[in-house]
Amino acid sequence: MPLQWIIVFFPWAGALALAAIPDLRRAVAANVAVSAVTFAMAIALTAMPFAEHGWTRTDALNTPFVLVAAFVGLTTAVFSAATLEAEGFDHWRIRAYHAAYQVFMGAQTLALLADNLGVMWVAIEIATLATVSMVAVHRTASAFEAAWKFFILCGVGIALALFGTIVLYLAAQPLLTEETGLSWAALMGVAARCDPGTLNLAFAFLLLGYGTKAGLVPLHSWLPDAHAEGPVPISAVLSGLLLNAAMLAVLRAKSIVGANPEAIAPGPFLLALGLASVLLGSLALWRRRDARRFFGWSSIEHMGIAAFAFGLGGAAANLAGLLHLLGHSLVKSAVFFGVGRAAQAKGSQKIADIGGLVATHPALGWGLALAIAGIAGLPPFLLFVSEFRLLAAAAAAAERPWLALLLALGMVVALAALVTVLQALCFGPPTPDAADAPGGWRSVAAAAPLWLHLAVAAGLALAMPAGLAAMLAQAARIIG
Amino acid sequence: MSFGQIGYDLAHLLGGGVLLMSFVLLYQRRMAAVINAFAIQGTLLALAAAWAAHAQGAPGLYVTAVLALAAKGVLIPLALHAIVRRLDLHRAVETALGIGLSMVAGVALVALSILVVLPATEGVRAVARENLALALSVVLLGMLMMITRRNAISQVIGLMSLENGLILAAIGVAGMPLVVELSTAALVLMIAVVAGVFFFQIRERFDTLDTGSLEEHRGERR
Repeated sequence: MPLQWIIVFFPWAGALALAAIPDLRRAVAANVAVSAVTFAMAIALTAMPFAEHGWTRTDALNTPFVLVAAFVGLTTAVFSAATLEAEGFDHWRIRAYHAAYQVFMGAQTLALLADNLGVMWVAIEIATLATVSMVAVHRTASAFEAAWKFFILCGVGIALALFGTIVLYLAAQPLLTEETGLSWAALMGVAARCDPGTLNLAFAFLLLGYGTKAGLVPLHSWLPDAHAEGPVPISAVLSGLLLNAAMLAVLRAKSIVGANPEAIAPGPFLLALGLASVLLGSLALWRRRDARRFFGWSSIEHMGIAAFAFGLGGAAANLAGLLHLLGHSLVKSAVFFGVGRAAQAKGSQKIADIGGLVATHPALGWGLALAIAGIAGLPPFLLFVSEFRLLAAAAAAAERPWLALLLALGMVVALAALVTVLQALCFGPPTPDAADAPGGWRSVAAAAPLWLHLAVAAGLALAMPAGLAAMLAQAARIIG
Repeated sequence: MSFGQIGYDLAHLLGGGVLLMSFVLLYQRRMAAVINAFAIQGTLLALAAAWAAHAQGAPGLYVTAVLALAAKGVLIPLALHAIVRRLDLHRAVETALGIGLSMVAGVALVALSILVVLPATEGVRAVARENLALALSVVLLGMLMMITRRNAISQVIGLMSLENGLILAAIGVAGMPLVVELSTAALVLMIAVVAGVFFFQIRERFDTLDTGSLEEHRGERR
């Protein structure tokens, strides 16, 4: 069995095993072990030459995302091991939580690796179902509302994406052979000769469908609530990983439609949705009182920036968009680690109830402050590099340089809101603690993922490994 | 794989029947009647799949037909009836949008999907593109039902009828790989399971299945 399949099936096998472990200590250790093996396989996958195996493929576009997904999966498992006790789960929920976590990780990897568009759709749906149940796990009224909205809106979104996939096949069908089916590579090969009208129809549905899952305005309203309820580690993987998989699906669709010169240009649609997400997301940040919903809205804004970059197109903007997605994964999950621990320490996730973290919890406070600065696009993190490159590319676009102005406006509004919240959470007058800080190995394991993510995000910004840079440059050309 | 005149007509008759049931779903007010209309729609979909299997010479589609009949024609409606009885909802009457208005909106959506699909797909065989227009109408009507109903069970039925539209689209495309249909059917079942869990939990909390009562809990009140 090729490694591309093992890296999908191993977490699913791990999910079966984890469903049988009721004991908290052993379950968290096994969860970390499964994630660590998956990460090791992802590193091995990066070193192997690109190949297609059945329904999966590795190429320059998805390999960096698989690596980051496995890395975030591992650090989140470590964070979850340190903080899960505070969630107060009974043994059934411990089983369900860990099984759902590994089902999600396997489905996420499959969605990234899928060559067959049908398989990609199934993988994204499995990942969604695995997370819906986790969002509702606390069984409070707000958790139910969040999960219901997530379930219904993403159900509609994913249905539209399937309709788009069917129409895409209808467009390409006369040119395809029986075996290739819905293979992305085969569709790319015949895209230039497909019926352009049918391709347009397919792209509209694929963009709306997967755009819902990526949290693009106007179908974004599930996202902030789903990130605010449920255990903190789920917010970290939802924001850091699932949004990337959906965006990658949009990019695969864009590359097919873009390969046909007679079809509509997909760029302006992505530009419009992206700009709407950036502007609405950055304005909405000013109205939030709940810290986790605040950072959920910030994810909408960042997905908008990435969509804007891919809509602009061209090697420079595409590269900026890819860097932005990777940087957002790393830094946003770091933010959720910090906010999650702060919410546990202060006993509330309202911004007003968390204050002066630097004074009361120095390591956590400084880490969270740096992570929020990173998500705001301040140096020396990866998002600074990507936002800078994107603004430069947008300003250099000959036909529409004014778009750069609108984008910069959104970024500045968001930056100001993020800095305001940074000051409230980390500096400002300290609020009383509700719970004792975890002691022993737990305090290290809860803090390490945050700082590790910051170090990686800064390291990639300052000294990107040559191999990764070459891979991303190649990926920017695949998107077109 | 040739489409004679009868094959063409029968495929459209069954597709039209599925669409007709979407309209019935829109105007039914009693829970039991809504579930029955959904069961009939599932059965018609199964017939359409079986006919497509015969006409296209694609035996794989018989599997789709059997799955659709078992899941959507029988099992899910039975489960929904059981939930409705258990929650004592079978006399409930509910509608958020007037019946006349939802009919007008439904007709407008059908016209919209014909206007969108037929000009856009001129390069495709006639039977496939007309089938696609029917399927898109079913999808849009399913969405309309989800928007206009406030009851959690009706919203889920709207979602599942939307997925009926997807399967109708898939079976109309000759040679569509089976993986999509199989997985759709399996996933609809899972969705029903997840949704079933939700019904009971929402009921426990609020003593009602009206999703309007969920809107208070945004967590952003002062």
